[in-house]
Amino acid sequence: MADIDQTALLQFLLRMGDNTLILGHRVSEWCGKAPVLEEDIALANTALDLIGQTQLWLGYAAEVQGEGKSADDLAFLRDAWDFRNVLLVELPNGDFGQTLMRQFFFDAWSSILMPRLANSADPRIAEIAEKATKEVAYHVERSADTVVGLGDGTEESHTRMQAALDYLYPYVGEFFLSDEGDAALAAAGIAPDPASLRSEYDTFVERVMARATLTLPEDRFAHSGGRNGRMHTEHLGHILTQMQWLQRAYPGNTW
Amino acid sequence: MSSVTPGELPDSEGKGKSPRHEWPLWEVFIRGQHGLNHRHVGSLHAPDAEMAIKNARDVYTRRNEGVSIWVVESRHISATAPGEKGPLFEPSESKIYRHPTFYDIPDDVGHM
Repeated sequence: MADIDQTALLQFLLRMGDNTLILGHRVSEWCGKAPVLEEDIALANTALDLIGQTQLWLGYAAEVQGEGKSADDLAFLRDAWDFRNVLLVELPNGDFGQTLMRQFFFDAWSSILMPRLANSADPRIAEIAEKATKEVAYHVERSADTVVGLGDGTEESHTRMQAALDYLYPYVGEFFLSDEGDAALAAAGIAPDPASLRSEYDTFVERVMARATLTLPEDRFAHSGGRNGRMHTEHLGHILTQMQWLQRAYPGNTW
Repeated sequence: MSSVTPGELPDSEGKGKSPRHEWPLWEVFIRGQHGLNHRHVGSLHAPDAEMAIKNARDVYTRRNEGVSIWVVESRHISATAPGEKGPLFEPSESKIYRHPTFYDIPDDVGHM
């Protein structure tokens, strides 16, 4: 373990934790105003699971970083350019269908990655993934069923889901962009090469979209910049102003 | 004796009215960690049985309450009519001899 590239490991942990943090915050925005009570609670449950995963990923990231910081420090005291989440998770909720389509794209990726990470050569990562695997298995079942239900639903719900698919699909490819750090972690058996997950992901997504009577765009263009920190969408800064304002306005405050 | 179906809304057949756009109501039964029987815990709305189970999981088992979930659409439950409480249940009030408390149980039978 000693010769593992710590920079690559930190980068990986930030990517994992930032994905679940930003998506968890986004999903929590539905709390109290989802279309029906049952979905409201279900979305809040999902958001809480994601924030729980965030604590583990960013907690480990802070240890690897070795600057005496905590998961909270990383979540609330970094600025947009430090975040390493994929762009997909910071996109606006839109309507309920768009939120669930985004959730499905994330859950599908997570449900393929987590069981692999559960076999990581890094026992800490394996432990986090083991816990997350069960949560994600439920998330993906729920979001996939809802995508199918709305896609193969009424004319209006179908139209909205196709629009959500067309809007979000160009952000899916970023999950599978590999860099040198990913290659180092893959070689060390820490985490799989992101690109290696693509074919299983595509098969799964195609199957669900077929059941949902939705048409996947042919264009494989992928927006990128989030996971390598090159650039985020304008939405991330707005999320942070809301998510971080308390720690910014009252530094060190606890409750 | 007549019975009622509590989960059925009066206008669910939609005579002359526009059809209602609500998901059907489901009754939720959960078997707890140590319980043998599924117990009624509440109700919720869902488009179908599978989603009703998922919603029940999210609404009623958040605090580790259950190991098994049953759902049944409320309209399938028949219940006694509240107005017939008297004829149905009061006659048994005066028949205390139906409780097996008038027998001497031999000591060697042990706990019953």
